[in-house]
Amino acid sequence: MSTVATAHESGTHDAHGQHEELPFLRKYVFSTDHKVIGIQFLFMSLLFLLFGGLLAMAMRWQLAWPTDPTNAMPGGSLLPETMFTSGVMLPEFYNALVTMHGTIMVFFAIMPLLVGVWANYLIPLQIGAEDMAFPRLNMASFWMAVPAGLLMMASFAVVGGAANAGWTGYAPLSTSDVYSGVKLGQQLWTISLVILGFSSLIGAVNYITTVINMRAPGMTWFRLPLSTWALFITSILLLLAVPVLAGGLIMLFFDITFNTGFFNPVVGGQPLLWQHLFWFFGHPEVYILILPAMGFVSDIMANGARKPIFGYKAMVWAIIAIGFIGWIVWGHHMFMSGMNPLLGGFFMVTTMMIAVPSAIKTFNWLGTLWGGNIIFHTPNLHAIAFVALFVIGGLSGIFLAAAPVDIPLHDTYFVVAHIHYVLVGGSLFGIFGAIVFWFPKMFGRMMNEPIGKLHWLLTFVFFNLTFFPMHMLGSGGMMRRLYDPTVYPHIAQHQDTNVFITVCALLLFASQFLFMFNFFWSMFRGKKASANPWNANGLEWSAPSPPPHGNWGGRQPVVHRGPYEYSSPESDEDFLMQTAPPTGRPTPAHS
Amino acid sequence: MSNAASATMETGTSGFGVYNMKLGMWIFLLSEVMFFTGLIGAYIILRFAGPDQFADPGVVLNVPLTAANTFLLICSSVTMVKAFAEIEQGNQAGLKRYLVLTAIIGMMFVGVQVYEYMQLAHEGFIPLADLYAAHGRHAAEGGAVVGGPLYASTFYTMTGFHGAHVSIGVACLWFTVFKAYRGGYTKNNYGGVEIMGLYWHFVDLVWIILFTIVYLI
Amino acid sequence: MDRFWRLPQNISTYGGDIDSMFHIIAWITIVVFFAVELLLVWFLFRYRAREGRKATYTHGNNRMEVAWTAGTAVIVVILGVMSRGLWLDIKDPRRFPDAGLELIVTAKQFEWNVTYPGADGVLETDDDFTVRNQLRVPANTNVRMTLRSEDVIHSFYVPELRLKQDVVPGMSIPAWFEATVPGQYVIGCAELCGIGHYSMDASFYVHTAEEWTQWNAQQQTAAAGGATTNVASADATSAEPAGSPAAAAAGTSN
Ligand code: HEA
Ligand code: HEA
Ligand code: CUA
Ligand SMILES: [Cu+2]
Repeated sequence: MSTVATAHESGTHDAHGQHEELPFLRKYVFSTDHKVIGIQFLFMSLLFLLFGGLLAMAMRWQLAWPTDPTNAMPGGSLLPETMFTSGVMLPEFYNALVTMHGTIMVFFAIMPLLVGVWANYLIPLQIGAEDMAFPRLNMASFWMAVPAGLLMMASFAVVGGAANAGWTGYAPLSTSDVYSGVKLGQQLWTISLVILGFSSLIGAVNYITTVINMRAPGMTWFRLPLSTWALFITSILLLLAVPVLAGGLIMLFFDITFNTGFFNPVVGGQPLLWQHLFWFFGHPEVYILILPAMGFVSDIMANGARKPIFGYKAMVWAIIAIGFIGWIVWGHHMFMSGMNPLLGGFFMVTTMMIAVPSAIKTFNWLGTLWGGNIIFHTPNLHAIAFVALFVIGGLSGIFLAAAPVDIPLHDTYFVVAHIHYVLVGGSLFGIFGAIVFWFPKMFGRMMNEPIGKLHWLLTFVFFNLTFFPMHMLGSGGMMRRLYDPTVYPHIAQHQDTNVFITVCALLLFASQFLFMFNFFWSMFRGKKASANPWNANGLEWSAPSPPPHGNWGGRQPVVHRGPYEYSSPESDEDFLMQTAPPTGRPTPAHS
Repeated sequence: MSNAASATMETGTSGFGVYNMKLGMWIFLLSEVMFFTGLIGAYIILRFAGPDQFADPGVVLNVPLTAANTFLLICSSVTMVKAFAEIEQGNQAGLKRYLVLTAIIGMMFVGVQVYEYMQLAHEGFIPLADLYAAHGRHAAEGGAVVGGPLYASTFYTMTGFHGAHVSIGVACLWFTVFKAYRGGYTKNNYGGVEIMGLYWHFVDLVWIILFTIVYLI
Repeated sequence: MDRFWRLPQNISTYGGDIDSMFHIIAWITIVVFFAVELLLVWFLFRYRAREGRKATYTHGNNRMEVAWTAGTAVIVVILGVMSRGLWLDIKDPRRFPDAGLELIVTAKQFEWNVTYPGADGVLETDDDFTVRNQLRVPANTNVRMTLRSEDVIHSFYVPELRLKQDVVPGMSIPAWFEATVPGQYVIGCAELCGIGHYSMDASFYVHTAEEWTQWNAQQQTAAAGGATTNVASADATSAEPAGSPAAAAAGTSN
């Protein structure tokens, strides 16, 4: 952080007290204020992220020192007999760990961290609205996500344990406790996801309506920050993908509970039908999990480079294109499923095409850095890491997209590596960046920079050490979801790699405590933040930090230009806010 | 819900010039479309994959009865349109009359569907695979293919979820009626009625598609 | 580069083509990777913030947009087209080469049962015999398998064959391979199928013609003793037909 703006300090505290009379419950718990709801989502999903991480550590320990009582997992002995017996983790528990790790990370950590938190917090602030279109629906959406999460957690405690058919819940393993040994857990899994789905559905309706209808005067479509664009398209994907999953989940639930046989071949049902329903949702889902992060990274990187985003319109069209093509590629998860190979051929080509819009984004980020005056504040470091790592994850996706190459790679650790490069290296770094970047707006205080930078460095290093070797394990033929990798000779010979990965994973996890400390410490002790601490342009920075209920205390912000007018000749500073009235100087062609 | 609509109706709009509540309802209906598309798609796939699991039209299902029921639902759409037209003219009485009529027809539809379910179950048209094995109807009677539990499963799931939508619609209708009696709607504030109508017509439309695919094809 | 990727030894006729496709993609992506990352690092260094300097004020460049969009599109479309042919050669039944040996592989929690055609060389006749947890084929012979499952989804995976195919209950999925290098390998299950998924392995032997005919003859005579015994042996826990040369090997593999 080079300079801290003294401008816009004004108004930080006016209009602040006006809502004090709200009772505590209405203000912090059952609040309809989009900012409070966003922060509620933040705490909830960070807790789930932590929990999901813990599950991952348990898995990693098992994978490094499988069935070795002399090196039993710490705390394992505290677990009930049904999970962990005489120093050894049970296979059914491992399967439950994998399943819940995937489910919780995708649905309860990353998804709410990207959409629940930022769509709620940012959209109204970035488009200049006082609140969401439907504040009460918004509150409902959060208070649905909570019980969904509780149900999911509860499933660990029920008879038979948590769901253990993988986060993809393939039938008929998931539909019959005869095969999986789990009934109640799988039912809870299904119900919880349906409830969560409904929560994100009404969320999506809200976000879309808000972006379309509540934009401030002058906020044209092509003046929206890319974060809002990404969240807007993401909401559309959610709106159309989630109901299909819900339909599938309901059938799955009926199959488990009443033996209706949708996916049961014995009565003429189709196991592949579930896979089609799941992946028809599932692939748009993975773009739901990256698009918002791409948006945040664009906002942060332009700010860090003090330079307009390169190819703004191209970026917008790329987001839209990903949104469209994402609907016709789901079959790439089913190349080996026994689906008609001709379909496989079709899905292969469409999947390849999806690399194009991602390429556009990647190169435009590079273009943004080119010729910039780059400040390495922590958010920018995370944004840079995002680009560096997303590219790796994307490129490994190309291997998998080529169906013949996917034959040996499918369901191996190569896929696991791919997943984590896009989801951790991509989404999670984007999230870290966003949290540090908008933290001052949320809590009125800056996060500590040195600790932040250290956390970034350690996370970056240990992330790569943890996940890169998984590519080789995968191409070497190590299957996924293996409770004990030493059973197969061709995998056992690489056990040292698994040990190495686990050690790095533990260090990766440990590094996150820096973030936790920084997060809570800065919330109370951090340096007080001005309204616009990063010298940024977006509307959110024209409101006080933190913004009062109603955001601008009754004043309606008016927009005069695009969100990325950094280093514009129009102003002497290297930024020019969207709200700043025209300076009268010759306005540049593009804006 | 509807008062929020009217509220936003007066405060001007930007975007597509559609007030929030209405736009929101349209968007929500889009996702409903995807929901039923999923169910119907599943039905089509299953039926193509295992034709012998399904019966020809009229063999198992009571087509005439349901055709009559379909006609009922279409009528309710007409009355809903009328209700809207009345309040556009600011005619409170007409609004109430037609809203109540719509709600009642809606309830009749659900009633007929419940009756149909009971009939079918009685004839041994049962979704649960094991139960079907025990008490399910079998081709022996009449010879024509009567399908299996999967047929029943898909049938009850699709029509059941539609029935649920109708029932919810009826509940909302009574709420609208209640508001109408409290004078909640006027010549220039009828957002609630309008979005109620949107939902109702959607449910009606879905039924026509379901009826065609499940009963006639 | 194989050692970097730790690719397993390849013993199938199409495995080579898959590997070269893998390498083509690997080289392309490695080039792209270094191009992107080096540019990134260079920009970060070259354009790091310095006092009194202002960033270049530009909103982009359409020519470049077109260039990298088209560039990427061309590469991926070529990759797609190249892969498609190979994919169909391996997976499309209409392109399968004529089979020298036909087998039925039946998966169930957590074992692989292989049914051989028996003396008449025709499957699903009563001289078929079934062997548990071992697949034996002659080298340089086209083997066509019909994959079936009795319970949940499994996935037939032999890394050395570069062959993987899910086995789905209610479906009979065809797959083929031609092994070139005699030896003992392992079949793995690549789809989560329950508690025993991690240990659902079976031994896979590629025999020289002589070995194969000998073993096959043995099994057939055993089968002649009554197909029932072999059908039984399929379910029995230790299903190794007596006197098989592989008794020991199979014993170790499980
Ligand atoms: C954030 C989530 C995310 C994202 C963004 C992606 C992006 C992509 N994914 Fe990924 N994927 C997952 C999450 C994600 N994936 C998950 C969770 C699974 C596993 C599910 C499970 O089974 O559990 C999975 C599985 C998966 C499979 C199935 C693997 C298997 O089970 O066998 C495939 C196969 O095609 C695939 C492909 C791709 C492709 C082509 C992209 C593309 O969008 C990537 C495009 C990006 C680039 C290509 C890089 C940038 C471009 C350039 C630098 C230009 C130059 C590039 C070229 C010239 C090639 N993914
Ligand atoms: C979506 C996001 C996501 C994330 C973040 C992760 C994170 C990690 N995953 Fe995850 N993983 C998946 C998604 C994810 N995973 C999915 C979808 C699968 C497939 C599941 C299946 O096969 O069904 C999978 C499977 C999977 C496997 C394969 C298991 C198997 O096939 O047998 C492994 C093995 O090593 C693994 C390891 C890890 C590790 C070491 C991390 C580490 O990155 C974890 C490090 C810890 C953290 C990042 C959390 C730190 C916490 C905070 C920062 C919060 C701070 C809190 C407060 C401030 C209150 N994962
Ligand atoms: Cu069988 Cu995994
Ligand atoms: Cu995908």
